[in-house]
Amino acid sequence: MNIELKQPLRTAKSKLSIVDCDIHPRASLEDLRPYLSNHWWHYIQTYGLRQRHGHVKGYPFPKPTPLASRRDSWPPGGGPPASDLDFTREQHLDFYGIEHGIMNPLAPSGQGDQNAELSAALAFAINEWQVADWVRREPRFKASVVVPYEDAVASVAEIRRRAGNRDFAHVLLLSRTSEALGRRRYWPIFEAAVEAGLPVGVHVFGYSGWAMTGTGWPSFYLEEGIENATTTQQLIASMIMEGVFERYPDLKVVLIETGFAWLPALGWRLDKHWQRMRDEVPHVKRPPSEYLREHFWVSTQPMEETDKAEQLIDVMEWIGFDRLLFASDYPHWDFDDPFLSLPPSLSDARRRAIYADNARALYRLA
Amino acid sequence: MTMNGLHSIDCDVHPTVPDIQALFPYLDEVWRESIETRGILSLESASYPPNAPITARPDWRGPDGQAATSAADIGRHVFDRFKSSIAICNCLYGVQLVLNEDMAVAFTRALNDWIAKEWLDRDDRLRASIVVPMQNVESAVEEIERCAPDRRFVQILVLAMQEVPLGRRQFWPIYAAAERHKLPLGIHAGSSYRHPVTALGWPTYYVEDYVAQAQGFQSQVASLISEGVFAKFPALKVVLMESGVTWLPGFLWRFSKYWRGLRTEVPWVDRPPEEIVREHFRLTLQPFDTPAPDLVERAVEHLRCDDMLLYSSDFPHWQFDGDDPVPAGIPQALRRKILVENPVATYDRLKADRPEEAAR
Repeated sequence: MNIELKQPLRTAKSKLSIVDCDIHPRASLEDLRPYLSNHWWHYIQTYGLRQRHGHVKGYPFPKPTPLASRRDSWPPGGGPPASDLDFTREQHLDFYGIEHGIMNPLAPSGQGDQNAELSAALAFAINEWQVADWVRREPRFKASVVVPYEDAVASVAEIRRRAGNRDFAHVLLLSRTSEALGRRRYWPIFEAAVEAGLPVGVHVFGYSGWAMTGTGWPSFYLEEGIENATTTQQLIASMIMEGVFERYPDLKVVLIETGFAWLPALGWRLDKHWQRMRDEVPHVKRPPSEYLREHFWVSTQPMEETDKAEQLIDVMEWIGFDRLLFASDYPHWDFDDPFLSLPPSLSDARRRAIYADNARALYRLA
Repeated sequence: MTMNGLHSIDCDVHPTVPDIQALFPYLDEVWRESIETRGILSLESASYPPNAPITARPDWRGPDGQAATSAADIGRHVFDRFKSSIAICNCLYGVQLVLNEDMAVAFTRALNDWIAKEWLDRDDRLRASIVVPMQNVESAVEEIERCAPDRRFVQILVLAMQEVPLGRRQFWPIYAAAERHKLPLGIHAGSSYRHPVTALGWPTYYVEDYVAQAQGFQSQVASLISEGVFAKFPALKVVLMESGVTWLPGFLWRFSKYWRGLRTEVPWVDRPPEEIVREHFRLTLQPFDTPAPDLVERAVEHLRCDDMLLYSSDFPHWQFDGDDPVPAGIPQALRRKILVENPVATYDRLKADRPEEAAR
């Protein structure tokens, strides 16, 4: 945590409005069954999910805790963390006074599955489930349009199905797509999102089918956490250099759980080398950092920490205080506590922007 | 700016292999013949396409379009114009790309012999890095042992991206040799292309490839530290060359935070990664990725360590215009450290060759 000085915390800070831009409700396959055809239900039972890594259960890099979750987030009534709406409401929304929570459901959402049709069926199911089982019962939650991003046609259909439904806050992708996100094959997704007036949220993780780094597979979950940031740097470079924002000037991208301290240096590097090699990318009309500044928002968790808070604040300034969105990542182990994670020396206006105002404006929340 | 007669030590210059024929005298009969009979054209790497702007500054290219093809050429620019006293040659000819281990060993040996003969022998201000065949660890160690007695070799050279991350235990005999001979491990931008340069496959544009080098460095620093290399080899130094530099502070904040949460996974990492980096890692100066002089100064502050930057021109790569490779905005006091003191402190063999420096 970025602790500069001790001060009375909960009483003062709990009066802040908070929009939490990253909460992970967990569906079981059983929860999704009402929204799946018999074919897909039996397919999943027989062949399982196959997500471009070899494990039938679990992940290539074992998480530090079961389901990567806070040990106190397992609901007393049973089931995995964030599977029980009442307990999630009590432990998270009510405890912190959260005004809105953007839900980004992860597994078993089928994103990046080797079978693109299964991916599409699961995306539909989890979107139905978010609305029926969560938003209808607790309107402080907003759903994500989970899309089977490797199949642009199916993704567009899913976005159009949800367009106009204010229960949905954004379109959700994972960061490790099978090709870099700027490639033409993904453009129909951006076009449909712009049409629907929805930002595109990119949450870290997923498996692209390629090694997790340009130098092969790392060994540790610790490294996977680092590589979530490097992968995001690569997808941003791709989107800008392919000219996505020249083609879709209204596209808004939200980077979720990517951290943010690396963002200014990426912009500087892109600018410097674009300047030298712009004849290769004549469709990129402006310095890359300008697209970065205009089209990207970034969630705060996992909040970078440093013992010189003023340097973290430098970085926030370089990004823009209107571009940072508070996120807790509930119920995961690396949860950022809404009361503790921002540098205490930030002014009230900046805190309000990060905790709520930026998200309200971006997502057009009441 | 001088220090005992030293103006600056240029820690990253790139001799160009003008043609594969140049290596002929240093290859066995079988490989000389293979070049002819199999039509092997070149081992130049796509990391630096010969005509790309990054590969050579236009005013440094000769009539044939190539730059840095002779010791005299480096002398003219690096010693005469930039006033360096010593320069370390890092040859980027793509021997790391070769898939056949035997061929890789043959060409790597030839390259090191060519560097000694055609460069080091022709100008006593030149030093060089030992290029190693990472295709086979045993061969890499043999190559270090073969070249290390020549004290003009001051470092071991590997690429930022290869088949397997550098921290992996399989490479540790190389680090034992590095420690034994007091040779820093120099990691330079570039890839052996065993994988696409991104986790998202092969990028469309070359500029993405070059930008992605900075992510490759992050992966290697994470790997070297996480695997425990510095617990095992406490004297090992690592120099990141042509990395872009300014990605480092944000990367370290993230890495150190995750380490605090996850250190039971890597119990041999017994202190924050940022401390390990400040002790063991150094970075060459060019390119220094920032837009303006005021941000150069802030970015340097964020490094929080005056010992880390080593002067480099990156000649003949086109990273700056004019005749001063030091970016505007570097504070004057730090400039002196970067030009001479930090390089001398990093490269034991420079220190040992100049006892008057060691005494300071």
